[in-house]
Amino acid sequence: MAAESVQDPILEIEELVMAFGGLTALMNIDLCVPRGRIKAVIGPNGAGKTTLFNIITGVFPPTEGLIRFNGRAISGCKPHHIAALGISRTFQTVELFNNMTVLENVMTGRHLRIRSSFFGSGLALPSLRRQEKGLVEQAMALLEFIGLAAKRDIMADALPLGERKILEIGRALATDPQLVCLDEPAAGLNETETEAAAHLIQAIRQKGITVLLVEHDMKMIMDISDEIAVLNYGEKIAEGTPREIQNNPLVIEAYLGQGGGFDIR
Amino acid sequence: MLRIHKAPMLAGALLILFFPWIARQLPTISHYPDLMVFAGIYTLITLGLSLLMGYAGQISLGHAAFFGIGAYVSGVLSTQFDCNPWLGMLLGAAVAAMVAVIVGAPSLKLRGHYLAMATLAFGIIVNIVFREEARWTGGPDGMIGIPGLSLFGLALDSAEKYYYLVWGIVAAVFLFSVNLIQSPAGRALRAIHASEAAAAAMGIPIARYKVIVFAYSAVLGSLAGSLYAHYMNFINPATFDLFFSIKLVIMIALGGMHSIWGALVGAIIVAFLSLEWLHYFEEFEVVVYGAILLLVTIFMPEGLVGAPAKLMARMRR
Repeated sequence: MAAESVQDPILEIEELVMAFGGLTALMNIDLCVPRGRIKAVIGPNGAGKTTLFNIITGVFPPTEGLIRFNGRAISGCKPHHIAALGISRTFQTVELFNNMTVLENVMTGRHLRIRSSFFGSGLALPSLRRQEKGLVEQAMALLEFIGLAAKRDIMADALPLGERKILEIGRALATDPQLVCLDEPAAGLNETETEAAAHLIQAIRQKGITVLLVEHDMKMIMDISDEIAVLNYGEKIAEGTPREIQNNPLVIEAYLGQGGGFDIR
Repeated sequence: MLRIHKAPMLAGALLILFFPWIARQLPTISHYPDLMVFAGIYTLITLGLSLLMGYAGQISLGHAAFFGIGAYVSGVLSTQFDCNPWLGMLLGAAVAAMVAVIVGAPSLKLRGHYLAMATLAFGIIVNIVFREEARWTGGPDGMIGIPGLSLFGLALDSAEKYYYLVWGIVAAVFLFSVNLIQSPAGRALRAIHASEAAAAAMGIPIARYKVIVFAYSAVLGSLAGSLYAHYMNFINPATFDLFFSIKLVIMIALGGMHSIWGALVGAIIVAFLSLEWLHYFEEFEVVVYGAILLLVTIFMPEGLVGAPAKLMARMRR
């Protein structure tokens, strides 16, 4: 299979199994994410895509199998450890810090890359105050990159959905990740907003950051992905370039059989 | 999130500084510095609770326990072991921090109602210990003869002197908390409140932060307890019961949970209500508190401190 021949993979998943009680959400998944590319994971609802993300980012440990990031086993690590290693993510149901402004959301994303001591902060140590100034600048640079600089002081929950999704991506980027996992960045967005999200994802790739993408918007997937893996009922049924996937009979059957009249071409 | 400005802090500091002088000019409020000692003691606890509940979003219905731990450690050490009161106060804070870590590490994994129940039970258990360990604590009758405090040879033997001690500590803690809120650590706490999943994905060690802020609030509760014991010279378990834990929650709910100012406003108002203005109601005092909590929750979820901004926003619309 294509995955095994990839040179310099950033993320390798081997024989991953995830069972919740009697329900097997993922069965023997092998997946490889090449460095610096956009890899998409698609599949009908309930195929196990979000579960896969949750395992990669440490929300729960896999029942069986191995995940390697930069050659290092990470399966079973806690989410904040995995974030520190360089994997960041967004959530299917936008999980912004709604009690903060746009700027503060991105600043909080920098948590890993700064020093933060509870008592040092309380005593307002000069070094921490200087750091805070630099932090604002870094966060503003990121807001410029994602195009939300003008909204810096607006509360996160006051933004329209499209911008909330973009902000969540920006917050993920603030952690200086090597790999970002985007869980349905275009869900619920209109065409213009989807296009903006697609542009942003491509810009992220150009920065040298690897993108792992779960998405239902087929046009977006086909436009921007370098590689696609297809899950159905917890199993990987296909993997390849967008063109290969579009012509794969198993994939067409999985989608048509499930939704009816769904044209992935 | 309400911003913390320097101007109101300065105004507050001046008011605190001159309040005893003002009170002396007006006979009807000449005893207010005494009330303000208690208000300051309550504020110390609510400043911690505000960080724990309002900022980090972790409920506690057992903080009377830490208040009591401070009071009893100070009381027992100074009366039965001739321990220096300041040292007793430090040891009380250390004990409170230790208890908070031991209790907090497992129970802060719980959320919402479950955490409320766990802390409620913890508060009740500690109160039972105060009542039953009569050999040390004097049991339900309490203990008398706790010495007062003195600072550099100056005995803090009047309400006014004690007032300055308590409010000096409150000011320092307030400043510390303000710095904390506007720092990465403060944002981490608010992040945990908003979304634990996202906070963890940003690399914030959630469990650690929860335990630290719980211990911090416990230490403040304990300091308040020690200050109370050395001021009253007498303590008994009834002061540190479940009702006081609830009263603390009423304080920060009334003042406004999402702002550190709320802790200050709520504690002062409830102190005056319970020590002065509600005497008329006698046993029905509880009903008044119930009504306050109900009305605040329904009509002013942001508390008194958040209400003006909300009202302005509504008028503009």
